[in-house]
This record gives sequence, C-alpha cells and structure tokens, in this order.
Amino acid sequence: MIEVRDLHKHFGNVKAVDGVSFIAHDGEITGLLGPNGAGKTTTLRMLYTLMRPDQGQVLVDTIDVARDAEAVRRRLGVLPDARGLYKRLTARENIEYFARLQGMDEARIRARRDQLIAALDMADIANRRTEGFSQGQRVKTAIARALVHDPNNVILDEPTNGLDVMATRSMRRFMRQLKEEGRCVLFSSHIMQEVAALCDRIVVIAHGRVVADESPEALRAQTGEANLEDAFVKIIGSEEGLAA
Amino acid sequence: MKTTLTVFLKEVKENLRDRRTIMSALIFGPLIGPLLFVMIMNVVLTRELNKADQPIKVPVIGAQYAPNMIAALKQQGLVPQRAMADPETAVRDRTAEVVLRIPKDFDKSWHKGESAQVELIYDSSQSDTGGSVDRLKRMLEGYSRHQGAMRLVARGLSPTMMVPVSVDDRDQSTPQSRAGQLFAIMPYFFILTIFMGGMYLAIDLTAGERERQSLEPLFANPVPRWKILLGKLGAIYVFSLASLLICVTAFGVCGTFIPAERLGMLIDLGPAFAGQVLLIMVPLVMLLAALQTLVAAFAKSYREAQTYLSILMLVPALPSVMLSAMPVKVANWMYDVPLLGQQVGITQLLRGESLTMMEIAQCIVSGLVVALLATLVTAWVYRSERLAISA
Repeated sequence: MIEVRDLHKHFGNVKAVDGVSFIAHDGEITGLLGPNGAGKTTTLRMLYTLMRPDQGQVLVDTIDVARDAEAVRRRLGVLPDARGLYKRLTARENIEYFARLQGMDEARIRARRDQLIAALDMADIANRRTEGFSQGQRVKTAIARALVHDPNNVILDEPTNGLDVMATRSMRRFMRQLKEEGRCVLFSSHIMQEVAALCDRIVVIAHGRVVADESPEALRAQTGEANLEDAFVKIIGSEEGLAA
Repeated sequence: MKTTLTVFLKEVKENLRDRRTIMSALIFGPLIGPLLFVMIMNVVLTRELNKADQPIKVPVIGAQYAPNMIAALKQQGLVPQRAMADPETAVRDRTAEVVLRIPKDFDKSWHKGESAQVELIYDSSQSDTGGSVDRLKRMLEGYSRHQGAMRLVARGLSPTMMVPVSVDDRDQSTPQSRAGQLFAIMPYFFILTIFMGGMYLAIDLTAGERERQSLEPLFANPVPRWKILLGKLGAIYVFSLASLLICVTAFGVCGTFIPAERLGMLIDLGPAFAGQVLLIMVPLVMLLAALQTLVAAFAKSYREAQTYLSILMLVPALPSVMLSAMPVKVANWMYDVPLLGQQVGITQLLRGESLTMMEIAQCIVSGLVVALLATLVTAWVYRSERLAISA
C-alpha cells in the first residue's frame, strides 16, 4: 500500500507538486492521470525516494520514506520514466545486476530471473545485449529488472509510452497479473483509454494538484460525461498538454 | 561491501566490452608516451652523434684569400662548398646553415700581424643550426690560438703568456644524472597515463550513466549511494592502475632501445625503478579517480564531461612545466605536495638517486589524505538530488 499525504515540491519558482494526497491499495491498479507537466513524474520520484519532498509524507506499507528510505526501496519495484538500460550488458545481465543490488542470493536470482523472462515472454532476447533493442524490448527488460526482487508495490511511470499496440496489450495483461497477485500497482499515464481499461481508481493531477480521486464510473457520473476523455478535459479545465 | 563489489564487477565487465575505453585506457594511453619518447630520443641522439663525427659542409666566400687557414680547417673536418651570391638570404631560407666569409684584405692584415677578420653568417633563430655554428666557431678559435702560439714562439716568448688563467672542467654529473635531465618530461607521462586510463571510465560511470538515464533506476535500489560510488571508483582504480603498469613496463622495455650510453649517459628503467614509481603513484590513482568523478558529476552529458576533464588534464602538467622551466632545488616539503612529490620523486629516481623510506612515505601519506578528501567531497556531491535526474 502506498499512502501519500500532502506532498509539495518546488523547483525555483515553479511549484511542480502542490499538495498531492492519495492512497493506492494492495490488489488494485491506481492510475495517476494528468497532462504532460502536471507533476506526475515528480510525485512518483518522491515516492521512490529519488527526491525529497519539501513538505508532506509518503508511507509505503506503513513505512515512512523519510525515516527508512532503504526499507521502502526494498518494497518498491520501480520503472522510471527513464528506462536507462546498460547497453553493453545483455538483458539477463541487466536483470542480475539489480537483483544483486537488492541483496538477493544467487539461487533466488536465477529462479526469479527465469520466472520473469517467461512471464514477460522475452526468452528470445534474454542473452542479447540491450543495445539496439526496440522500445518494447527495452521496457520489458526494465520491468523485469524492476520486479526481480518480487516487491509488493510496483510503480510504473508511463509504462506504455512508445509501445505499439501488441506490446501495449501485453503490458496491460502483465499489469492485471500483478494486481491479481495482490500487489499494489501505481502507474502514471496521460492516455484515457488505458486508464479506463485498467484502473480501479483514478487520481487526476493537474498543475501539481489532485483534481479528482475516484473510480472510473464515479468519475463519469461526477462530470456527467459518458466519455472518459471528455470527463478528463472537463476536470482539468483545458485541453492543454492532452494527447490521446 | 557486497554492494560495492557488485557495482565494481559490473562496471569492469561493462567497460571491458567497450572498445573505445580499452583502446584509450590500455593501449593508446599507456603506450603512446613510451613510443613517442623512444622515437624522439632516437632522432635527437642519432642526429647529435652524427653531427659530432661527420664532416661539416660550409659554403666559403673568398677561400682564395686564406688558403692556409682553409687547409687547416679542412683537416678538422670542414668541407668547403662553393660560394653563393647572397649568403644572408641563403641562411635565412635555410639553404645553408652557416656561411664563412673571408674578406679581400684578410691576407694583408695577416701579414701585418693585425687581427684578420672573418665573418660567420647564420640565423640563430633556426634551432638546428646551433651545432654547426658552434663547431665552425671552435675550429676557427682553435686555428687562431694555434697561430697565435706559433707567433709567440717565433719571437722567443712562451705561449703560456697568452693564457694567464687556464680553466679545467670538473663536471660532477654522473652518466645517470645527465640522463635524468634529458628525461625530465617522463614523470608527466606517468601521470598522464593514470589520467587517460581512468578518464573514459570516470566519464562513462557518472556523466555517461546520467546521460543514458540509468542513474535513476540504479538509485532506486535499496543501497546507499556512497557504496555505489566506491564500486565505481574501484573500477576506475583498476583501469588506471593497469594503464600505469603497462606504461611503466613499456618504458622499461623501451629504455633498452635508447642509445643513451653512446652520449655518456645511463638510464635505468628496470624493475626497481618501476616498483618505486608504482608505489608512489598509487595515491595519485585514487586522487585522480575521485577528481575525475567529481568533475564528471557536474556535467550533464558525456561531451560536457569530456570538455571539463581535458581542462583538468592540464593541472598535473603544471609541476612538470614549472620544474622544467625553472629548475628549483629539491626541498623536503615538496614530497608533501601530491603531484609535485611524485614529480620530484621520479626525477630523483631517474637521476639514479634513491628515495628514502621517509620520502616515499611522505608521497604516499599526503597523496592518500588528499585522495580521501576528494573522495568525501565526491560522495557528498553524489548524494545530491540533482545528480540522478537527467531530463
């Protein structure tokens, strides 16, 4: 479970995140929806302890990020906006490197690695160097790397960004699987269909603030729009930065 | 410890797969110094040796006015060449190194017992003419002295009358110390090698990772950043140490190809020399690795880091340039200054003098202290939020 209480973060004069609160429950997929530049990535970065909030609190499985960042990171699987693979290492070596940094023993590393390679259907690329990977292959590798330590909470920053239809579908399938395994899945997106198709709960962020925190049905009911995209536009109050 | 080792092994493995790093750290970096050195030394030494033995060709104007003198000079190795119309231009545009002009009234002055004048026409700004000019000058002075002595003897006087003071050289340099002077640039080669050996790694492991956006996922792992930094530094140490080792070995091998002994010099780049060089250079490996990483941490991209580091590369050159421009007396405090200490120490070793345990200890301790400080500063910079964010 990830609990966010009144997060603030500014860069110079820009208030990137200006009082964001929400809860992402276990066994649910929570979507962080917002136009580009709304503060989604900055919020997520504070969750996975890369940035320190100016104000506010983040609890992961009731552990305070400010108190024990390392314990929090152990409970998180993170796919950052920047995938950042090591291109001179193979996909398998990329996964193993992070597994070792997670402090896993070799037997468990082997088991988890093979399990993820099978689950993400990447056996054909596992022994290739990641240089020259397609966007989809890169995301798969990065996800396997992020989940190798079997974390209870999964944070995915724009996981389907740049993926084709087939890859997007298999990504969605994979996220549902994570949910069925009882994990807390939190992902950000600016694409309506995706959020509508996947989420149990939608947190809409605009200008650094939470403007809605509902189930998809409730969101539609609240705005009186049958179409989620129209509902979204209505909530954030403009079409700026919107991409479908 | 396990984290640091994991990072270290991964960085070494990854960089061993990078051809550019291998070329620069293990081939060009360490070998270009020794090769360049042997080539330059061979050219310089061979030319000096040849010049000393070979006859010297000099255009002579008015040779017919002093046939006796020309005959005497010929015996000393002068080969008179045909005169040219405009010797000044010939010297300036390098068709001749030096021209000897004997005026028409040479014979008249000679017979009167006056100083008969000859002219040497040369351009001292042409560096390679110095040897020929000096040799010709010495020949003429020798001839002049000889003739003067003959005249005194003919008048019943002792030639020693003309030499109230005689100077005898007692040069205290040893064959090794003369060589040491010639090889004063060598310490810089060693330092440069360490620098080159670690440079691509330092860039790649910090600025490169940042540019490729892999620092962000890396820092999402449950490990303190300083442990990651130590692993990265370790990888840089290994590459620059390997580079230094190759360089020292290459100098040892190349040393045997330099015909220094033919100039009465001795150069010993053997195992004892290599061992002591490695010993006093180890702290520099650690210091430069930390400095390079620190500088690379401020760069947003690979290219930017490269620019900063090439400026940093000039820093270790300063003691070398300073010492060769104004040779100062070696003082004990110099061993306490990293870079300068190593510079002075290696120079002493090249001169064939040994370093005391105390001096070696000074080099190592001062180097380690500064290296530790640089590492702490780098670790502090590594903690910054800004570091991991690439976009």
